[in-house]
Amino acid sequence: MLLAPIVWILTVVICYFFAAKVWWFPPPINQHGVAYDDQFMRTLVITGIIFFLAQFALGWAIFRYRDKGGRARYSHGNNRWEVIWTSATAVLFVGIVLMGTRIWAAVHLAEPDPNAMPIELMSKQFAFSFRYPGVDGVFGRTDIKLVNDAAGNPFGLDDKDPAAKDDITSASLKVPIGKPIKLIMHSRDVIHNFFVRELRLKQDIVPGMEIPLYFQADKPGVYEIPCSELCGLGHFQMRSTMEVMSEADFEKWKLQAIANK
Amino acid sequence: MSSPAIHGAHHAPQGFIRRYVFSLDHKVIGIQYYFLALFSVLVGMSLSLLMRYHMIHPDAKVAWFASLWPTAAQGGIMTPELYLSLMTMHGTIMVFFVLTTAPQSGFGNFFLPIQIGAEDMAFPVLNMLSFWTTFLALAVMVAAFFVQGGPPLAGWTAYPPLSAVPQAGPGEGLGQTLWIVSIAIFCGASLMGAINFIATTIDLRCQGMSLMRMPLTCWTWFVTAILGLLGFAVLLAAGVLLILDRSAGTSFFLPAGLLVSDQILNHKGGSPLLWQHLFWFFGHPEVYIAILPGMGVTSQILATFSRKPVFGYRAMVFAILGIGFLGFMVWGHHMFMSGMSPYSAMAFSVLTMAIGVPSAIKTFNWIGTIWGGSIRLTTAMLFALGFVSLFVTGGLSGIFLGQPALDLYFHDTYFVVGHFHMIMGVAAIFGMFAGTFYWFPKMFGRMLNETLGKIHFYMTFVGVYAIFTPMHFLGIAGNPRRYSDFTNFDFLGKLLPVHFFMTQAAYFTAAAQILFFINLFWSMKKGKKATANPWEATTLEWTVPSPPPFDNFAGHHPVVKHGPYEYSVPGAPRDYIMQTDPVDMHAA
Repeated sequence: MLLAPIVWILTVVICYFFAAKVWWFPPPINQHGVAYDDQFMRTLVITGIIFFLAQFALGWAIFRYRDKGGRARYSHGNNRWEVIWTSATAVLFVGIVLMGTRIWAAVHLAEPDPNAMPIELMSKQFAFSFRYPGVDGVFGRTDIKLVNDAAGNPFGLDDKDPAAKDDITSASLKVPIGKPIKLIMHSRDVIHNFFVRELRLKQDIVPGMEIPLYFQADKPGVYEIPCSELCGLGHFQMRSTMEVMSEADFEKWKLQAIANK
Repeated sequence: MSSPAIHGAHHAPQGFIRRYVFSLDHKVIGIQYYFLALFSVLVGMSLSLLMRYHMIHPDAKVAWFASLWPTAAQGGIMTPELYLSLMTMHGTIMVFFVLTTAPQSGFGNFFLPIQIGAEDMAFPVLNMLSFWTTFLALAVMVAAFFVQGGPPLAGWTAYPPLSAVPQAGPGEGLGQTLWIVSIAIFCGASLMGAINFIATTIDLRCQGMSLMRMPLTCWTWFVTAILGLLGFAVLLAAGVLLILDRSAGTSFFLPAGLLVSDQILNHKGGSPLLWQHLFWFFGHPEVYIAILPGMGVTSQILATFSRKPVFGYRAMVFAILGIGFLGFMVWGHHMFMSGMSPYSAMAFSVLTMAIGVPSAIKTFNWIGTIWGGSIRLTTAMLFALGFVSLFVTGGLSGIFLGQPALDLYFHDTYFVVGHFHMIMGVAAIFGMFAGTFYWFPKMFGRMLNETLGKIHFYMTFVGVYAIFTPMHFLGIAGNPRRYSDFTNFDFLGKLLPVHFFMTQAAYFTAAAQILFFINLFWSMKKGKKATANPWEATTLEWTVPSPPPFDNFAGHHPVVKHGPYEYSVPGAPRDYIMQTDPVDMHAA
């Protein structure tokens, strides 16, 4: 008997915290993020209603049908009800996933923007490095044998290649506001993960694979990048940031970085 | 000893060793598995408490940490690598040696033969062998705590290259090797067990026990065994390949151009994603291996204590089969962010939603079963009802994670940790508690204490909600999982109060388990003597004395004349008709 009110109280408390949004997403910083939040809220409302009704019904049955000395109703079920709830859940569940398909397709299946700005990401235990092709727009040659983290060469950039001369290497990601970015992701040891909460984007970085990720950021600010795939003992402190800056500031940063080489 | 399928009553062996250690009796083997799982759950739970402590006090000095781990906790401060080792062992021990072992091999071994009217499993020697092989696997796993470098830190999923390259971290040397060897041994044990369960169910059903008269518990053990047969075979193969990559210089999972700890590796041509495909091809069905027997137990108990037949028995059987079948086609939903083709993600997501349908059918049918019943709130019933509540909660968060679009944010956050603990961890464990309170009288001939049991239930039920619900909010705030410390990120610092609350809730829930252990061991010796059928239930195990004689039916061959859940039949003299009762009891 006590179980019925406990189930109800737990249900109400859980629903309250979801509605109050005490611990929640940071605001999105692009169109994709807005669409993401819409799909999340749709899913939350649908599952929230099912959650509330199912838990409430469970509590109600415990309360209403507690043993009062009488005999239970003899029934082996009801095929009509089986058909109704089976088809209802099938339509609902598949409907939800199809609604979210557009968001997934926009991130991973859309024709990539040929003018997207390429930035290379190299991850290792336990740091991210970013590389920009410089003014010539061409990435210089790299060789794993030339990698030297202490000397500031995490990519193994080959100085003998003229295209490498103006490549910029940075420990944090800088992107101009409102510009499509193509982040080309590499890892040189184990699997890591690129995650920016405000972008609503996440992607594993897999050694041996080159995985491109397209996005754009429309709000200036500095956003944290936590590694989100277990990569070893320093996983919890593998951190970088993404700074979204105005076009002018970005160009200034780039020129300064080349000059400082 | 020859097969019980051929011979009639055989006699109990006399010596202690043949009777209790290397026993061929499925009941003794079931209890051996149960206690192996009980030991493992104590280890697994202790590890989780240490982890929860470390997360809120990463810099605390605890003297006995240093005596336990002189290198990994020098000066009493737990290192991040020690945290990850404890996490890896927590996950591994809980998944393999608790969730796979107790519901299937423990209860299944004890009750499958009795519930289908057999004298033993089909292959008693194989049964003994599979238990002792499991024991060996556990011994090898525990040995990883005591070797140079400690246990592995690559998580229970052991993704290469982290798990394949010894230089990738402490614990990735001998510790990781022992881990893989233990898992491979466990796979062998599970394959033996699976074959035995399948053969027993198909061959040894007594007269009248048609498939559609089997208790739902037997259906779940049967389908779980099929999942185990197909799943563990693949994991075994994957484990062998991983061992070869580590020790024989092969490159199944390792691509070219790796630079680990300033060392260029000679591997080339392998794919880290191959491991993930093989692992999750096993790993997803494994979730159902853990939860299906709990579903069976819940159905059985809800019917018994509502005094009503299971609502939609046929639909339940088809749902079990549907879950088993679809369970092999959804593994890719663990890999939406892995770099595999985004097209396959869409296929996997639709199949994942499809598996939600039979799960929903089961939930509806459980509520249908108690609806209109005459509910007796025993401790077993409370745990079964708790199972339903947790299954709903844990299942619904799966609707978020099954969508690749939403996984773009939730993958590898605490939302996932909350989801799977709720459903495959806690719901499955509630199934075990329900089974324990329901079957203890049959297993040990004595009743568990109901008052102590109810206090334990309410504390645990509220406790687990308090631990695992907040994880969903942490996930929404973006908190990554497998972090030993949350002080390096601005946004994580703000979430520390939530972690603090969860740690306190974990202490509380763990304390409640002391009541369970007291109840278990006290009742085993001093509990009230159990009658043959204390719950007035219908299935065959309740037709024999508690505990059952050596060959279950004392040389007698039961004949089944009724379905498994004939409760409250109008016109019948009692409100239950046992499966072996004469046909004319079905008066109406």
